[in-house]
Amino acid sequence: MANEAIAARTVAPVIDTPARRSWRKFRTHRSAILGAIIVGAFLLVALLAPVLPLLDPAATDWAAVRQAPSAAHPLGTDEIGRDVLSRMIWGARASVLAGIVSVGIAILLGVPLGVLAGYFGGWTDIVISRCTEALLAVPFLILAIALAAFLGPSLTNAMIAIGISATPIFVRLTRGQVINIRAEDYVEGAHAIGLSTPRILARYILPNAMPPVLVQATLTVAAAIIAEASLSFLGLGQQPPAPSWGSMLNTAKNFMAQAPWLAMWPGLAIFLVVLGFNLLGDGLRDALDPRE
Amino acid sequence: MLNLFLRRIVGAIPTILLISVFVFALQKLLPGDPVLAMAGEERDPVALAAIREQLGLNDPLPVQYFNWLLAALQGDLGTSLRTGQPVTELILQKLPVTLQLGVMAILIALVIGIPAGILSAVRKGTLTDYTANLVALSGMSVPNFWLGILLIMLVSVRWQLLPASGYVPPSEDFVQSMRTMIMPAFVLGTGLAGALMRHTRSSMLGVLKQDYVRTARAKGVPERRVVLRHAFRNALTPIVTLTALLFGELIAGAVLTEQIFTIPGFGKLVVDAVFTRDYAVVQGVVMVTAVGFILMNLVADMLYILLNPRLRAA
Repeated sequence: MANEAIAARTVAPVIDTPARRSWRKFRTHRSAILGAIIVGAFLLVALLAPVLPLLDPAATDWAAVRQAPSAAHPLGTDEIGRDVLSRMIWGARASVLAGIVSVGIAILLGVPLGVLAGYFGGWTDIVISRCTEALLAVPFLILAIALAAFLGPSLTNAMIAIGISATPIFVRLTRGQVINIRAEDYVEGAHAIGLSTPRILARYILPNAMPPVLVQATLTVAAAIIAEASLSFLGLGQQPPAPSWGSMLNTAKNFMAQAPWLAMWPGLAIFLVVLGFNLLGDGLRDALDPRE
Repeated sequence: MLNLFLRRIVGAIPTILLISVFVFALQKLLPGDPVLAMAGEERDPVALAAIREQLGLNDPLPVQYFNWLLAALQGDLGTSLRTGQPVTELILQKLPVTLQLGVMAILIALVIGIPAGILSAVRKGTLTDYTANLVALSGMSVPNFWLGILLIMLVSVRWQLLPASGYVPPSEDFVQSMRTMIMPAFVLGTGLAGALMRHTRSSMLGVLKQDYVRTARAKGVPERRVVLRHAFRNALTPIVTLTALLFGELIAGAVLTEQIFTIPGFGKLVVDAVFTRDYAVVQGVVMVTAVGFILMNLVADMLYILLNPRLRAA
């Protein structure tokens, strides 16, 4: 009897935590795994760009202008004879970096503001919420274009402009989360045992507010990558000769009849990486939703 | 109900004022001296000072803001530095073009998105559902300027079926107008269609679980009627609201779509203004878009109340 009880205890030591439940749901979510694979592949390519045996993405070759895909140039060459494959791979760095950095900026600005508004309420909340609402009224891309124009065209400024434009989404989301969590019994309990406000915020409020922020962050990376490509396409992002998918598409549109492949690859890459982040975000939402 | 509407409208005023402060601040923070831009070749300090004084640029900032706001409220958004035209006139000139594009895009999105969403919800978990979902997400992930380029390459360059660019007002030649606009509207509509499909699907799934749907089925109401009459009608409310809220995405999407198809609309106006540093126009466009967005939000709120009998009584 006693031995059996001990055996049972050692055989099933796994406690079903919410994190484990979410991981199990995520693992069996086919489209989420597909998204994770696509995102992982792009991240890997972006990270490995400097060590891959590639031609110089900025080296021009006037003897090989707008060549169709061949053994020497698997994806062809562009209008001034640069290797498209190597520009695609270096372009991945710009796109993925822009997506992640701008969302990082949005989270660093938006989450603390949302916590302040949600936790302290009163005037703090009114001021922050009103500003958020006003910024949300300007379409994301229009705001990003206006800010990028103001800051001057460069990849860094595009990231800042996109980051600021995406901030209100995170403020609003975090604020809503914090308001809900603040009303929970365990927060009241933490107050009752005399924990300090920073401690309550760090130990109880923030960790519980994070899952939806994580989901939103993944989906916003997708939106930010499109935004960076759009800004670069308009000439407000990465500046030539540095490669970026958006500016590659911009030049490609001038050679649609002569060199259609120039327009194929950058667009396909943007589409795939954005689809990957969207699939991943959807999967995370399903996996992290405690109601399901 | 009227009371509720009025309260919503009054509630929007502080937001609009705050946006106007941001927009005004943007102008002040922007690099470049508007006086130098206006003076052209003139570099005489006395003349420059005169222009500065005439524009009221020597007044304290709050005074400048109130003068600007007062003028804006009367429909005067300043003068384009590049063309010398009033900004309001420019915007009114370009707006109908973008509205036509937007309305056509929304129609395309509704025609594709809603039936696909209903079908996907009714056949939840089947191959149809998965396919529809993947197509919808793809529509939302594809950069619309790329889709535009692909369509031009195929439809205009290779097949020579539709014009690749240009704009003809529908009042002038309706058929030609549709021919030039259908491709851009489709490009702009794909992303919206995806969003609408997903929204319709989740809204329908929520409704199909309700007791009255089960009751209708139990009574022997034909499935078609259950889906379209009992379920869809009730699923419609959030769909209508979302359609109104897609306005922002529509305007943002129009910026790039108009760029690709060289359509002389609102989006092209803002991009051209950004590149020529015509800040009065940028300001005007941002202000008008934001007010438009807030108005659409109000419309969405009101439709929500009108469509929902339970809220109508309140």
